[in-house]
Amino acid sequence: MLVIGELINGMYKAAGNAIKKREKSVIQKLAKDQVTAGAGVLDVNTGPASIEPKSDMKWLVETIQEVLDIPLALDSTKADVIEEGLKVVKRKAFINSINADDDKLNTLIPIAKKYKAQLIGLAMDKRGIPRDRIQRSELALKIVSSCIEKEFPIEDLYIDPVVLPVNVAQAQGVEVLESIREFKLLCDPPPKTVVGLSNISQGTKKRSLINRTFLVMAASCGLSAAILDPLDSELMDALITAELLLNQHIYCDSYLDAYRKK
Amino acid sequence: MALELLKERWSNAVNTVTIGATKEEGGTRTSIVKAGGETCLPFMLNEGGMPHKPVLAMEIFDIAPQDWPDILKEPFKDVYEDPAKWAKRCVDEHKAELLCLRLQGTHSDFGNRSADETAKVVKSVLDAVGVPLIILGTGDEEKDNIVLAKTSEVAKGERCLLGDATEKNYKTLTASCLADGHNIIGESPIDINIAKQVNILISDMGLGSERIVINPTIGALGYGMEYAYSIMERARLAALNGDKMLSMPFICFIGQEAWRAKEAKGPESEHREWGPESKRGPMWEFITAVSMLQAGADILIMRHPKALEETRKYINNLLGA
Repeated sequence: MLVIGELINGMYKAAGNAIKKREKSVIQKLAKDQVTAGAGVLDVNTGPASIEPKSDMKWLVETIQEVLDIPLALDSTKADVIEEGLKVVKRKAFINSINADDDKLNTLIPIAKKYKAQLIGLAMDKRGIPRDRIQRSELALKIVSSCIEKEFPIEDLYIDPVVLPVNVAQAQGVEVLESIREFKLLCDPPPKTVVGLSNISQGTKKRSLINRTFLVMAASCGLSAAILDPLDSELMDALITAELLLNQHIYCDSYLDAYRKK
Repeated sequence: MALELLKERWSNAVNTVTIGATKEEGGTRTSIVKAGGETCLPFMLNEGGMPHKPVLAMEIFDIAPQDWPDILKEPFKDVYEDPAKWAKRCVDEHKAELLCLRLQGTHSDFGNRSADETAKVVKSVLDAVGVPLIILGTGDEEKDNIVLAKTSEVAKGERCLLGDATEKNYKTLTASCLADGHNIIGESPIDINIAKQVNILISDMGLGSERIVINPTIGALGYGMEYAYSIMERARLAALNGDKMLSMPFICFIGQEAWRAKEAKGPESEHREWGPESKRGPMWEFITAVSMLQAGADILIMRHPKALEETRKYINNLLGA
């Protein structure tokens, strides 16, 4: 599973302060630590408090790329902020995210094509969060169709079924898991799937345990990628073990070490 | 419309191991050998590349061969008492590009030769030929740890391939390879999980994974070859899909296994319907080699010159060389 490290986000205190004060070393350490822990992509989000999100995004991308050669997921609700990042990325980036609204599809798919970026599409629209797997599939299909229509390569599309906190919408967990399976039937080749994992445990008292349990369940449904905290070593161990049990790695006594040597 | 074959796309390559060091590199070899480097399954050249041909090494011993049938001894009968001459015969007449010296004489059953005496033999072989060397112990852990440590020192800088390290006995040999600049063979008993574990243990000691070769242990045709085949195939698929701890080239002891088979060495007088062993034996070794090549063998340790020659032709045919 592709691990997208979530920690470079202005919403978190450490990153937020570092962005404000332009402290490169803090951001660079956060980036390196996540990659060492197993992240294959780093999410980059200027945070809701950013007054100058465009220049913050550019600064973040350049700061990370000074020390690492890794793909970045440019995370913003604003197309111009994402495009600012796309102008300076060195590796094939992710646009995080679009949803099933026409205006989003019409603006961001052409941008993704122009910069040869990958797309994360949330299975939601103006009406809000879908209530079940059927609505999720409808919305996912709308995104897939729009990509096909605009000749965007489906291999570069990740659909996010939208994870909700278990203490708010407990019935949605299983709907999300089933959606991960069902999205694969939407077209051939199928779109990939991604979740923002930490949302599942938002506001609970057992965040790490809930995160890793859900991640293992999602892995067995065939989830392609997850945005998560790779510094949670128990979470990463659970993921590696789940992949082992799914026969995706060859067992050896030191399989956790072996995975980390990749 | 022409039928288009589906091609696999692999994300990783097999490591390339370099055996032998020339004068410029701190050794005394006149040639070196590179093994591995594949970016496709064996000979699937439309999906990737095999930058280095599978390497054919000939096996020699530090003492006269103990359990070889006459048909195998025949080509070497005038030289096998002297490892240096034997080595030269393999290189000069049979064009071996790599030699595998097995230190059989250090075993308590075969003379219990000391590490110092053995070091002289190793030196004499290094002096006699310019090709790189693979040097093996006998499998007696205690003795190997003494003998191979000394051998490693004597051959310091020659970038040999030393073996075998096992899951239970890898530390001493790995330390020697680190100190003296050699490569190492990690052995596992037809077990992919142990193969991976041995590689991790060795690389955790600081020896780079591009200096490790996997000895998956094989069986000859008729003696469990298919088990070895499927283990190697599975490991190679994992390697090409990105498993760095299985991305090492394979070494296969073809001659050793093939000539254990009674079908290879059984005399015609006892098995009339099998035909002459002078043809049958080398054929058995050749077929074993060909099968292991298809499983992904990178370094093949051969015994009979005829089998070596035929295997070389086969490789050249497949690679269009």
